Amino acid sequence: GRSRSTLGQGLLGLLGAGDLDEDSWEEVEDTLLMADLGSSTTQEIVAKLRERIASRGVRTPEQARELLREVLVESLGPDMERSVRALAHDGRPAVVLIAGVNGTGKTTTTGKLARVLVAGGYVVLLGAADTFRAAAAEQLATWGERAGAETVRGKEGADPASVAFDAVRRGTESGVDAVLLDTAGRLHTKTGLMDELGKVKRVVERQADVDEVLLVLDATTGQNGLTQARVFREVVDVTGVVLTKLDGTAKGGIVFQVQRELGVPVKLVGLGEGPDDLAPFEPEAFVDALLR
Amino acid sequence: MFDTLSDRLTSVLSDLRGKGRLSETDIDSTCREIRIALLEADVALPVVRAFVKQVKERARGAEVSEALNPAQQVVKIVNEELVAILGGETRRLRLAKTPPTVIMLAGLQGSGKTTLAGKLAHWLRGQGHTPMLAACDLQRPNAVNQLQIVGERAGVEVFAPEPGNGVGDPVDVARRAVADARSRQYDVLVVDTAGRLGVDEELMRQAADIRDAVSPDEILFVLDAMVGQDAVTTAEAFRDGVGFSGVVLTKLDGDARGGAALSVREVTGQPILFASNGEKLDEFDVFHPDRMASRILGMGDVLTLIEQA
Ligand SMILES: Nc1nc2c(ncn2[C@@H]2O[C@H](COP(=O)(O)OP(=O)(O)OP(=O)(O)O)[C@@H](O)[C@H]2O)c(=O)[nH]1
Ligand SMILES: Nc1nc2c(ncn2[C@@H]2O[C@H](COP(=O)(O)OP(=O)(O)OP(=O)(O)O)[C@@H](O)[C@H]2O)c(=O)[nH]1
Ligand SMILES: [Mg+2]
Ligand SMILES: [Mg+2]
Repeated sequence: GRSRSTLGQGLLGLLGAGDLDEDSWEEVEDTLLMADLGSSTTQEIVAKLRERIASRGVRTPEQARELLREVLVESLGPDMERSVRALAHDGRPAVVLIAGVNGTGKTTTTGKLARVLVAGGYVVLLGAADTFRAAAAEQLATWGERAGAETVRGKEGADPASVAFDAVRRGTESGVDAVLLDTAGRLHTKTGLMDELGKVKRVVERQADVDEVLLVLDATTGQNGLTQARVFREVVDVTGVVLTKLDGTAKGGIVFQVQRELGVPVKLVGLGEGPDDLAPFEPEAFVDALLR
Repeated sequence: MFDTLSDRLTSVLSDLRGKGRLSETDIDSTCREIRIALLEADVALPVVRAFVKQVKERARGAEVSEALNPAQQVVKIVNEELVAILGGETRRLRLAKTPPTVIMLAGLQGSGKTTLAGKLAHWLRGQGHTPMLAACDLQRPNAVNQLQIVGERAGVEVFAPEPGNGVGDPVDVARRAVADARSRQYDVLVVDTAGRLGVDEELMRQAADIRDAVSPDEILFVLDAMVGQDAVTTAEAFRDGVGFSGVVLTKLDGDARGGAALSVREVTGQPILFASNGEKLDEFDVFHPDRMASRILGMGDVLTLIEQA
């Protein structure tokens, strides 16, 4: 990875009196491109930074760096509401639906979220609405045991909507605080599977509001992440994004485009495979990691 | 915004059409579009740079063609270069002289290793082999069950002496699996391993230990086609940490352009052997460099355009 000092030194060149060193700009651009911001977002950020450096009378590389950080944090909408609606309200459990393409970390995130809630003294029920992937329900149930939450399962190949419906019904009857519904991974290009996901949500909504629809995005995902987000939003009206695998070398810069286009905030980040590796998304910390 | 290179080039083509020769400006503007298209396709930046430079050099020296306008000529060069990098020496799976052939799978979490194990087994059976799977992911919850179910669906034996979920030593299981396969005359052993990050030194060492225990004939690096710029860092980490002899791209049934194919091929020099394109057992194919080239740049239309010129 690029070290802090490399970028810092490069930024020195930005500071000549309006006499911009193209190498330094290229270095800023590279940092953003390599973090998966994509070429148009990168261009916008660089343009904003140019403007700001010109208008602010910047004198040191530290100041230039601070401005870049400022522009990036701003682009992440630091004032967006990022709390997860996972607590009972109006005398019924919160219902959280977890969705995304294959292998992003949905089941793991569901388990971690249960763990956070249970540790906070809440009662959680898990719904294994992935009836498709080999051992998916077992995997969720194992997470449930770890977290101290019961898991409602259907038979392999059962209708996921009916498992989800069942889980919400049982959660409501037994008065739990939250029902977390894990769904099968599906590529946004598969219309049949996307229809199935839409149906899961609609069927659940016959008896309860779905309070939160979390789209789980893998931080290693490149530009395809935006397409994923668009289609999932259309089908299940995503209310928050979970960015997983941020403990690796990937920076997760696709969320700049995702947040802006969808107007939906990243709410949580995944930082490992363990039960406690889930954290709130903090734009400042995210940007610092991106520039590191 | 233009989505594909063909859209982009159509917009610059109108200016260039009919000039009949490759001026420096023509090459520059076309290469700018190619650069953006490659970045949008998630080709890693250093690879994009090297690639565009190479294309520029060839374009400068290119013969003036009667049939193609300048942009088309550049695109033709791009396509040829892409196929050359992606294809190189496409080769078949390396089989051991004395069975069992050992194929070890490695890659990031969730990339598709376990699913691939089933697909390989299914495919190998179709080729007349008698494969066995070894459950060496003893970490991720219910990875062992998953492999057992996958093996059952593929109709192959699964060596799974440990329950997993944190119980058992994957290196030991791998070692015993080879002995078991040999004594029971399975001729190919596919070793499923836990997902791991390039930066996780401990798990990377474990992968190297598994490798040393089984001396694989192939180590396949399993990579999600949706991956972005991190492809290079991760591929280098696996190359240095455990080493690999081939690449499998997964989830190609989506609409990601899959620029990582180019990055990984270019940076590690290892060939891409297979493409995984679905969740089902038979959604699997040997890798086709030419298809991948058109896919990365959305060039289907451009190539048609060239043919019609
Ligand atoms: N390093 C790391 N690994 C993670 C993280 N979240 C999940 N994983 C791993 O990623 C792999 C896939 O996670 P799952 O939770 O099974 O993903 P999923 O989205 O449910 O997968 P499907 O249901 O098959 O679509 C597993 O090996 C997890 O342990 C994370 O934040 N960091
Ligand atoms: N659409 C699609 N899904 C795939 C493909 N290959 C694997 N998957 C799915 O991706 C998810 C993860 O696959 P796994 O085989 O569990 O991945 P893994 O690398 O073994 O994951 P870990 O063991 O957790 O590291 C599952 O939902 C698979 O069904 C593919 O080619 N296309
Ligand atoms: Mg899952
Ligand atoms: Mg696996």
